[in-house]
Amino acid sequence: MTDTPNQSATGSRIDTGRVLDFAREYGVLIIIGMLLVGLSFASDSFFTARNLLNILNQSAPLAIIACALTLVIIGGGFDLSTGAIFGVASVTAGWLAVNFDPYLAILAGPALGFLLGAINGAIITGFGVHSFLVTLATGLVYRGLAILITDGSLIPVRIEEFSWLGRERIGLVNVAVIVLLLFGAAMTLLLNGTTFGRKVFAVGGNEEAALLSGIRTNRIKILTFCLTGMAAGLAGVISVSRISMAEPQAGTGMELEAIASVILGGTSILGGSGAVWRSVSGVLLIALIGNGFNILNVNPFFKDLTTGVIIVIAVALAASARRR
Amino acid sequence: MSEPDIAVRVRGVAKSFGKTRILNDITIDFARGEVHALVGENGAGKSSVGKIIGGYYSADEGTVEIFGEPVTRFTPHDALGRGIAMIHQELQLVPELTVCQNVFLGKESNRASFLARGDRARFEELERTCGFSLNPDAKVATLRIAERQKVEIMRAIAREAQIIIMDEPTSSLTEDEADRLHALIGRLKEQGVTVIYVSHFLEHILANCDRVTVMRDGRVIRTDPTAGETKQSLVDSMLGEAAEISWPELPPRPLPSVAPVAEMRDVSTDTGLSGISLEVRPGEIVGLIGLVGAGRTELGRAMFGADPITSGHYAIEGVRQERLSTHRAVENGVALVPEDRRKQGLVLTQTTRPNISLATLSEISRMGFTQPRKERRRAQAIIDHFGIVPNRVDGDVAFYSGGNQQKVLLAKWAVARPKLLILDEPSRGVDIGARRRIHEFVVEMAASGIGVVLISSELEEVIALSHRGYLMSEGRIFGEVDTRGLTVEAALNRIFAQQGGEHMLAPQQQEAAQ
Repeated sequence: MTDTPNQSATGSRIDTGRVLDFAREYGVLIIIGMLLVGLSFASDSFFTARNLLNILNQSAPLAIIACALTLVIIGGGFDLSTGAIFGVASVTAGWLAVNFDPYLAILAGPALGFLLGAINGAIITGFGVHSFLVTLATGLVYRGLAILITDGSLIPVRIEEFSWLGRERIGLVNVAVIVLLLFGAAMTLLLNGTTFGRKVFAVGGNEEAALLSGIRTNRIKILTFCLTGMAAGLAGVISVSRISMAEPQAGTGMELEAIASVILGGTSILGGSGAVWRSVSGVLLIALIGNGFNILNVNPFFKDLTTGVIIVIAVALAASARRR
Repeated sequence: MSEPDIAVRVRGVAKSFGKTRILNDITIDFARGEVHALVGENGAGKSSVGKIIGGYYSADEGTVEIFGEPVTRFTPHDALGRGIAMIHQELQLVPELTVCQNVFLGKESNRASFLARGDRARFEELERTCGFSLNPDAKVATLRIAERQKVEIMRAIAREAQIIIMDEPTSSLTEDEADRLHALIGRLKEQGVTVIYVSHFLEHILANCDRVTVMRDGRVIRTDPTAGETKQSLVDSMLGEAAEISWPELPPRPLPSVAPVAEMRDVSTDTGLSGISLEVRPGEIVGLIGLVGAGRTELGRAMFGADPITSGHYAIEGVRQERLSTHRAVENGVALVPEDRRKQGLVLTQTTRPNISLATLSEISRMGFTQPRKERRRAQAIIDHFGIVPNRVDGDVAFYSGGNQQKVLLAKWAVARPKLLILDEPSRGVDIGARRRIHEFVVEMAASGIGVVLISSELEEVIALSHRGYLMSEGRIFGEVDTRGLTVEAALNRIFAQQGGEHMLAPQQQEAAQ
């Protein structure tokens, strides 16, 4: 798997096995590349800085969640509550921005997400219940909280000190994109450059072995859920600040999009292997398909269908790589 | 040998994984009704030959004929259809099903595909043939490795396999159980079943196999009748040089006045231990001697904090431990190399380097950030020290041979420089070269002042490698022995006597079954 493509180029004959390995390893990037080329030919308005940055900007909240969710999934867990945490953080931040302080509101979203993630983690490790079930249930609870906070109504948030996060640009680049890049870099560093990240891989790869190596596996798992909750909270705040409206139903279905993006990128659903860049690629791939449909004016009915087919192909490719 | 007498004919088979060629021009004939051993060091390719015949790997070159019919694009399912069953080193059972359900998996008694009664009767009949005394209703997940292995063997027999490939069948069985397995193999042979027997236990091979094929570096060195062989002659062929079978010399025993590094007084656990009292001194190798199920593994786990101690006193370096966790144990300098290296020891999704670093991440990091250069240097040094093959810092541990996987695990704890090292079956299923290296490691560790607890089902090993031993049975320590003067027979006699003659009944049960 660590074989580099130039090794095959030095051989006199083309090593099909190695080419295939490469395709499986970087499949998601290859498909993105093909889409970029294809859409550039199909439409002049596609390959422009404006359109590409716009795609990035639109995907930033989902990509932020996917970055942190990567750690949960590598650690052998699953989080179905990110959409609901997104919703609670949205309305909490909106309410705080209107009634108290906009800067406090921006900080409160991620902080609340962190706390709700900690509750997820504590239940999962404390009772030894599978994270799938726990987060399915807590997701319902969190969504209920979001509705309770606003009484089901929307909160308009038109405050300059709050909306910069989702709307401003620095030069050409949106603040949200910069936040995504920083967050993605932080998660990558955490996963690949720290002892914490090493333990996440170990817990997901073989929990028993990690435990018998003196690793406090429960603590590691709780932390991954905290980070994902925090990411969902941050994403919620960005979204509210962008549309100037906090709604309790915001982020419905986002948890599944996030999981699909992580898996589409090639992170193993079984835990133990994966990377943050993969999840971001997964998000971008789905976003590119959507953008392509808009630009080409194709019946949007085909959008979900095409997205689904591409996910199936990518996941099947990844699975065939594991089967040796 | 005439054609129909050949059960499996392997001709010029070669196999590569990526750039690594693991088998070269393998040509072997396995006769019908023969017990044919494959021996060689780890990585010699003997398990791979078994896997090709069992349909788990496909050969890149060459041909395989089963009862004269050539096979191509073979799967384990096809193999079963042709009467070939493989018993793996890494067992393949469904943990959530019962023993009986596993034995008849895919061959359940049925009427028009609906499950019907009858499996129980079939199981009892099978049990009479095998004499394993397994509880048919026990969940496989609750069984020990040795018992799981018996389930695998029963499954192969239940499928009326004509060719049974056994990969290290006795590695987790006690001598007594191994004897029973060999008696069973003898009976299978009389019925014309071919047994391909992959093992590191040369005594077992010499006593129970008809012919032996010696392999080295993915090639067949020779195939000969076992009648003319000795342990030494096999070892010489395996290593390609004359080598001695010997045990390393133990370091001097610490004085009884030295304060123990670990001390237990009247310790009990929920895992079946009761009234355990022992002490381990720095520089001392203490053997836990007993049959499978005596509680040796459980004792090792309790000392490591993997299972909670419900009553009694446990002190590490004189400090009493309450609510010991594995994390605290590691911080206190305790290390455990567990018995199942793939399930409990290694993170197979990761390479060699992170596996070696796993227990000592704080030593290769600063403020929580790993120091890649320091980590690589340390991993490379320890890989060289143990002679791990392949000599790669980021090798795919999942594809290493058993011996090299075990060395990676030992390396993980060697870099931790523990004070108390608990080794559970450290040389199970590894080849002679690795085994010798592991034995040297045990002695090295003790010589550097580490207290070592050694658990092994192979009595000869635990006796030869320890200063002192505790005899265990049914979760209790019933005696302490000076292992320097102990023989395997004497140890066995004491254990059997303790068990109230339970095992003495075994031969009678076998007679009754016949």
